[in-house]
Amino acid sequence: MDAERCVGSGMCVLTVGEVFDQRQGDGKAIVLRPEPPVETRDAVREAVDLCPAAAIFLSTDRRH
Amino acid sequence: MGDPLHTVTTLPTARQPGCPFDPPAELIDTRRHGPISRYTFPGGKPGWLITGYDLVRSVLADSRFSSRKELMLHPTIDYGDIEVPPAPPGEFLHMDDPQHRRYRKPLMGKFTVRRMRLLTERVEQITADHLDAMEQAGPPTDLVTAFAKPIPAIMICELLGVPYQDRGSFQEQVGSFMNGETSDEDLIAAYTATQEYLAELVAAKRANPTDDVLSDLTDSDLTDEELKGISLLLLAAGLDTTANMLALGTFALLQNPEQLAALRADPALADRAVEELLRYLSVAKTFMRTALEDVELGGQTVKAGSPVILSYNTANRDPERFADPHALDLHRQDGGHLAFGHGIHQCLGQQLARVEMRVAFPALVNRFPTLRLAVPAGEVALRPEIADIYGVKSLPVTWDA
Repeated sequence: MDAERCVGSGMCVLTVGEVFDQRQGDGKAIVLRPEPPVETRDAVREAVDLCPAAAIFLSTDRRH
Repeated sequence: MGDPLHTVTTLPTARQPGCPFDPPAELIDTRRHGPISRYTFPGGKPGWLITGYDLVRSVLADSRFSSRKELMLHPTIDYGDIEVPPAPPGEFLHMDDPQHRRYRKPLMGKFTVRRMRLLTERVEQITADHLDAMEQAGPPTDLVTAFAKPIPAIMICELLGVPYQDRGSFQEQVGSFMNGETSDEDLIAAYTATQEYLAELVAAKRANPTDDVLSDLTDSDLTDEELKGISLLLLAAGLDTTANMLALGTFALLQNPEQLAALRADPALADRAVEELLRYLSVAKTFMRTALEDVELGGQTVKAGSPVILSYNTANRDPERFADPHALDLHRQDGGHLAFGHGIHQCLGQQLARVEMRVAFPALVNRFPTLRLAVPAGEVALRPEIADIYGVKSLPVTWDA
């Protein structure tokens, strides 16, 4: 999550609230679950795609 | 898809009779020729018209395309050599970063998903009050004045801190900026009156801060001029856009009875219904950008300095992006519409708009199970195509009392 790029649209929170939230002060997105549960992964991909500022990055590297 | 050099010389000024919800036929036809077309601006300056979903989205995400007001060319009016001044302080819709960011940043925390959802109860209460009033007055009524305008107006005024008694005159003035039918003289008068009102409001908040966004902002390094500009932008965006979505959206539902029935039958459909109405109606239909450098776009070279028209409503009907795009389908699964834009300028108040629509549409259609137009659909007065925000001027409705 690149907080510098984030424009606070809330699209990630709207799309998958279990994984993203917004900071109460400045509205920037935060990642609640850096390793999203399997069942949310499609929604996370959608959130990455919908982010208007292209501020979310998804790594498919599995070390666990 | 053939000819990549399709040229458009004039923007359509009207919609197809009988198709009040569809983009003008000429624009849908332009999209059929390809996602990017040449457009000759009045006065002869060459530019571009983008009607394809992917290209509109990519321009919006590309910092090589500017939103700066002084670089914009009006798509339908030739102002000759008159130099356009930069956007006034605070009106950050027409600025690029870093200026834009300086203004958006202190506002971002005020319009989060969580904060807006906390307003749900208040929206429900305001909506119920207006439905009660409609019921008491009895049919017929104009849904625009009885329902669509007051709900978003009360919300944005309460958020920003505009006193209740000032709302009516203020809303009328802002409406005159957006309806596409105000004479230049009246426009200037409305703008001046709004500026004077906002100056007083900012001064009042500085003197006696209350619990609202504008008062919060006085506790920053923003000047009075900047606060005025921000307030104007937020009020204009909050007053006219959702109001038009509510009225035009109700019209669209009434014209699609099976969709309306689906919404009534399944409360869980409301979120999806709101997104589909946003896509289908795209009331904020056209935005402009100007290339800051040469950019390759859809196989064409957009030269530095070239103006670009982005047709959001046509992009949101792009058959390559949305299956059966001209159908209103509340069960539609493919999201990602551009009704709130994309990129750094994506609508700051979109989560507020969602909460308002999410509450208001179901409440209205459930309160009045026999709601219907009080005039033939062809007689519903529509805003002209040149209006910044599309919608109905009034929506006469009736029901079995």
